[in-house]
Amino acid sequence: MITRRQLVVGASASGGLLLAGCDRYPLAANGSLLEAADGFTYDMQRLLLPDTTLARQFDRDALSKHFPAINEVNPEDEAYQRDRAEGFPAWRLPVTGLVARPLSLSLADLKRFPARTQITQHNCVDGWSAIGEWTGVQLARVLAYARMKPEARFVIIRAVDGWWDSYDLIDALHPQTILAYGMNGGPLPMPHGAPVRLRVERQLGYKSLKFVNAVEVVDRIDRLKGGKGSSAHGIGYNWYAGI
Amino acid sequence: MNEASDLVTASLSRGAYRHSLLVRVTHWINAACIAALLVSGGEILLHHPELYWGETGFFGDPAFLSFGSEEGELIGIGLARSIHFLAAWMLVFNAVAYFSAGFIGRHFRTRLLPSRTQLGRAHIIQTVRDHIALRHDPHATDYNLLQKLAYLIVLLLFGPLMVLTGLAMSPAVTAAYPWLIEIFGGRQTARTLHFLVAGGLLGFLIIHVWQVWLVGWRRELRAMITGWQVPHQRSAP
Repeated sequence: MITRRQLVVGASASGGLLLAGCDRYPLAANGSLLEAADGFTYDMQRLLLPDTTLARQFDRDALSKHFPAINEVNPEDEAYQRDRAEGFPAWRLPVTGLVARPLSLSLADLKRFPARTQITQHNCVDGWSAIGEWTGVQLARVLAYARMKPEARFVIIRAVDGWWDSYDLIDALHPQTILAYGMNGGPLPMPHGAPVRLRVERQLGYKSLKFVNAVEVVDRIDRLKGGKGSSAHGIGYNWYAGI
Repeated sequence: MNEASDLVTASLSRGAYRHSLLVRVTHWINAACIAALLVSGGEILLHHPELYWGETGFFGDPAFLSFGSEEGELIGIGLARSIHFLAAWMLVFNAVAYFSAGFIGRHFRTRLLPSRTQLGRAHIIQTVRDHIALRHDPHATDYNLLQKLAYLIVLLLFGPLMVLTGLAMSPAVTAAYPWLIEIFGGRQTARTLHFLVAGGLLGFLIIHVWQVWLVGWRRELRAMITGWQVPHQRSAP
């Protein structure tokens, strides 16, 4: 049996996480004082905050009666809608990039991993918050199964509507970072990102991508489209949303 | 004594030395940071102009204060937050410099701590009456009691509350230190307090600028730039 500790340490060691140099802000400031300040905030949080402390978890009686569903709630993609009507038999999660064993996981495959259920608070950048129960598999388990390579530094997550974002290994391998297929005791509803959404509990809600359909492990994110490590940059949001 | 020698120097053309370099530099850095924080904070509020108590809240939930359910936008919340945190860092470093120098040096003890005289009952009544009647002493070389109290409230209560409630809204910081949220009784309560205390700071700012204008803004501004307060001239504003 793999203990959680072995999982996180093993996955992180294989990702070369423990080197101090990994915790530096991975995007170029390009002479912008604001970008430099964003980088400083990230560096300070990585320096001063312990990596594996858990975001608060709640009891069932704290669940929000109405958990808001905003932004994309009904993807236009026809293949997605056809698949959804059948219960997502065709859905596959490719895990590619700096992994020794690339994967293509079905929903059933994901559910074969040990599941984690967590009742956590979703904090939107706008300021509202809601509490929901999420059930899924830790991203760290999937990455360990794919045998992440030592030079890996970041994980890119893509969604069916074209949205994508990236995460450093500290967040990607965090125990509460899960690929969630269940919500509030049932299957993840479409407005909340069916069949699978990401949960990243120590960052703001826009980093918890809905409608996940690909995982890619890379060693740098500063050369991705837009140069800002995230499609959220297109609407002015920061790559790092821990603050 | 301080006041006597100040009166003597005030009668000379150069005036009295009121504000040290530390006070002047930190004052203006502070002013710039507070302005940036209030403006960017206003934009942030626009994006969800409703305040709640407790842990959670969204449009439709009972709200403590609501400015409508329409999300507004001027420069975008991402840019506003980046400005907000740049100004916050600058404010914190400025505050550390001000507080450490203020405690180690003589500033807090001699300028901000109310004197025994000022805390006398008769004096308190008189200074309150003076403020209500907008009566000020043009030869004053020290902060009056209400001034000191206002500054102390901002420095020791509002300021720390803003920092703590601000940190209470960081998912990463609160994962490490959940007590930041617990001391306020919930994530949304912390957010509401952040905006309420910001309102208090805005109120302080308005009164502060108004009072400076009342007693002679040219003279006061000059003192806060050069450090020297020129003698009061009856004809000058």
